Amino acid sequence: MIELKNVAYSYGGGALLSDISLTLAAGSFYFLTGPSGAGKTTLLKLCYGALQPTAGDVLLFGEDVAGLARDGIAALRRRVGVVHQDCQFLDHLSVAENIALPLDVSGRASAAADGDLNELMAWVGLTQRAEALPPELSGGERQRAALARAVIMSPDVVLADEPTGNVDWEMSQRLLRLLVELNRMGKTVLIATHDLSLIRAAKTQVQARVLRISNRQVQLAGADL
Amino acid sequence: MTVVRLDLRHLISGDRQANRVVPPSGVTAHLTIFAAAAMAFLAVFAMAMSLAAGRLAARWGDELAQSSTIRVVAPADQIAAQTQAALGILETTAGVAFARALDEAEQRALLAPWFGAELDLQALPVPQLIEMIEEDEGFDAAGLRLRLAAEVPGAFLDDHSRWRAPLVEAAGRLRLLGWISALLLGASVAAIVTLAARAALAANAQVISVLRLVGATDRYIAQAFIRRFSLRAFGGATIGVLCAMIAVAILPGASEAAGLLTGLSFQGWHWVLPLFIPPLCALVAFLATGVAARRTLGKLT
Ligand SMILES: Nc1ncnc2c1ncn2[C@@H]1O[C@H](COP(=O)(O)OP(=O)(O)OP(=O)(O)O)[C@@H](O)[C@H]1O
Ligand SMILES: [Mg+2]
Repeated sequence: MIELKNVAYSYGGGALLSDISLTLAAGSFYFLTGPSGAGKTTLLKLCYGALQPTAGDVLLFGEDVAGLARDGIAALRRRVGVVHQDCQFLDHLSVAENIALPLDVSGRASAAADGDLNELMAWVGLTQRAEALPPELSGGERQRAALARAVIMSPDVVLADEPTGNVDWEMSQRLLRLLVELNRMGKTVLIATHDLSLIRAAKTQVQARVLRISNRQVQLAGADL
Repeated sequence: MTVVRLDLRHLISGDRQANRVVPPSGVTAHLTIFAAAAMAFLAVFAMAMSLAAGRLAARWGDELAQSSTIRVVAPADQIAAQTQAALGILETTAGVAFARALDEAEQRALLAPWFGAELDLQALPVPQLIEMIEEDEGFDAAGLRLRLAAEVPGAFLDDHSRWRAPLVEAAGRLRLLGWISALLLGASVAAIVTLAARAALAANAQVISVLRLVGATDRYIAQAFIRRFSLRAFGGATIGVLCAMIAVAILPGASEAAGLLTGLSFQGWHWVLPLFIPPLCALVAFLATGVAARRTLGKLT
């Protein structure tokens, strides 16, 4: 699915990540954790082609991202659902339209998709806010909307950067259940978080693997947390 | 070319959503429409002027090109003899198709505007005029002048091309200026649309980045802007052209003594020509926005 081979990355100063080799197996469930500033967001960006590695290769669905043209990257983003840490929306469109945006830009809008949209909105608890504009949403509502937008295309991989950063425990459990549900449907899920209790809660529902960034490396954390 | 054709089809069929993803932009839109309307308005006049100048040049060039005049100035008792002598020379001059002396009534008609209709030509030392029509190849004016000077001292050749040539040239220049103006107006539309499109792309940087993140291709994003600016240019130019055509239509019509000013209106099928301006404007905007969009988008991640 996603394969990193001896990948290194630096924003210009010293190396932030170096010599990382990692394979995300299809259909598995991962957490990515590590202290703030360790490079979780950076690693995710490498995984969806927003950043090119300064050394090594990133293969997405077997293709080298370095060889992808801009349209190739665009096509890739339809297969990888991303929840960004700073969720950005089109502020002049309603929440419902924003969530359906990936369908529209890929020309897949349809009546059946509208049904999915309503179901999804209900799942993330935004049915009441469907016609609101994004600036009118609370932080947690924005994150739920971002998650809904990330999965509406039914992507093969879901990458979520702190998807539960702004929501209460109950809502974070709901979002987690949605992600677990997606994983049961065969999708690969990678969640960056430093919320250890979320990881623990997940482990009761799904076979989750935990990747930890420390010392510029990614390590598979032990079964015990 | 196929890309352009595809994009054009997409543009016309439209994509409601692609149009919605870029927020509406109020003032910029109105300015673009206004500029396109003004340019189209001016282009119609440049076109009308070019066509009128072209007609004038053609008329001066063709109708008058074939005719010249000989003036016979002599004492009253010799004038008939000299006129006969001049006609005799003309008959033997190569390139002269036809020559005849104007009769008294024609001469009086020519002078009537200045002296009144009751003029008695016998009382005045009026020269006798001989009208001559050239053959297509023309004749040797210098040679004819020499022969006339030698044999008919009172006869002078008025070669119309002397005063006609600069007028024809001026009309030709005017026509050229008209077309250059039309080209410059088209280029101005391209410049204005490029500036407006760049401003719009810059103002919508965040929108563009969100669209990229959710998997929109450059083409999809560019389309939203291209469609918008092409439609604005088309709408503005249509308004401008219609106003200008009405203005041209109510100009005073071409009169008998048609000069450039009175003959400015379009004639016959030329009325169709201004209708090409709006689609042309839209095409210019389409290409200009496309270039601007591809440039801007290429720089983003
Ligand atoms: N665009 C950038 N240019 C330069 N430095 C950057 C850039 N983005 C991130 N960094 C730096 O890289 C380091 C890793 O950033 P990153 O966002 O990947 O951390 P993170 O693990 O996601 O942190 P957090 O848990 O706070 O979200 C940080 O020190 C950050 O300041
Ligand atoms: Mg981060």
